[in-house]
Amino acid sequence: MAKIRGSIVVNIDRCKGCEVCMVSCPTGTIAMAKEVNHKGYYYAYPANPDLCIGCASCAMVCPDGVITVYKTKI
Amino acid sequence: MAEATGIKDILKPENLVYNKTKIMTDNVLSYCPGCGHGTAHRILAEIIGEEGLQSQTIGVSPVGCSVLLYNYLDIDWQEAAHGRAPAVATAIKRLLPDKFVFTYQGDGDLAAIGTAETIHSCNRGENILIIFINNGIYGMTGGQMAPTTISGMKTSTSPYGRDVKLMGNPLKITDIVATLPGTYYVTRQSVHTPANVRKTKKAMRKAVQYQKLNKGTCFIEIVSNCPSGWKMTPVLSNKWMEENMFPFYPLGDIKVPEEKSAQ
Repeated sequence: MAKIRGSIVVNIDRCKGCEVCMVSCPTGTIAMAKEVNHKGYYYAYPANPDLCIGCASCAMVCPDGVITVYKTKI
Repeated sequence: MAEATGIKDILKPENLVYNKTKIMTDNVLSYCPGCGHGTAHRILAEIIGEEGLQSQTIGVSPVGCSVLLYNYLDIDWQEAAHGRAPAVATAIKRLLPDKFVFTYQGDGDLAAIGTAETIHSCNRGENILIIFINNGIYGMTGGQMAPTTISGMKTSTSPYGRDVKLMGNPLKITDIVATLPGTYYVTRQSVHTPANVRKTKKAMRKAVQYQKLNKGTCFIEIVSNCPSGWKMTPVLSNKWMEENMFPFYPLGDIKVPEEKSAQ
């Protein structure tokens, strides 16, 4: 169905868990983890990776630049 | 992870669409979670990288939350005394006219203690770029009321909200500098949604290109949040900013070069 598939990689150690990426994701790919990183923040992670379209909206708004975005056509 | 094989096919260097720019160092930003400073830094770093200005850029860092900015961008820096960044940038630009010189200041730095320096350097039309982060409070010192605090806004020194009759009116410094003849490009943007980030990046690219023309001061205000100072979560603070800050600080270009040439 989907012609464009995307994927994100979150640098978990640098994530501060502000949830701005989760709100800006148009497809609901990102959720906050139930566990914390070594700083004690509930980090963001791609909970529904199949939904990602590689739009880079999350990476655009991430204040700490922890998200790397990949996109390909299938 | 059943879908892991599919994901691995996507995670290839040729499919990369977005990565943290190399101009940003690997130092962890000292800002609170959700602070707009980080986004503004990243946009600035991306523009410097894309315009190929890394070796020609000299930044002047302020006093405030962004005082450690020189740790985060891999360019040449000069730290200025509180509020005096435009004066320092003036000297740098006059001595090294080939360099791209910018200041990065918060509202406590630019619109409170440094008002004189800001207004006079804009009025002289120094060929520098001033990036102004406006979150309406003194964020670093504990969220006290600033000149830019909007009417009715609760801060630690105005716990019942800013009373304009008692505490005076908020200062729209960006609108003031737009009226000065020395400014070339004045705009107000924000960085809280992907669309606004893209607009801010566009505005910053324009400002950097206008700087090459040496036509005057470029001034970019970024209306930002302060989750810690406003005592909100980052997402709530962004919403609060949309509902309360933007009516008073409307986004958009305030002075564009075409208008100036038409006058």
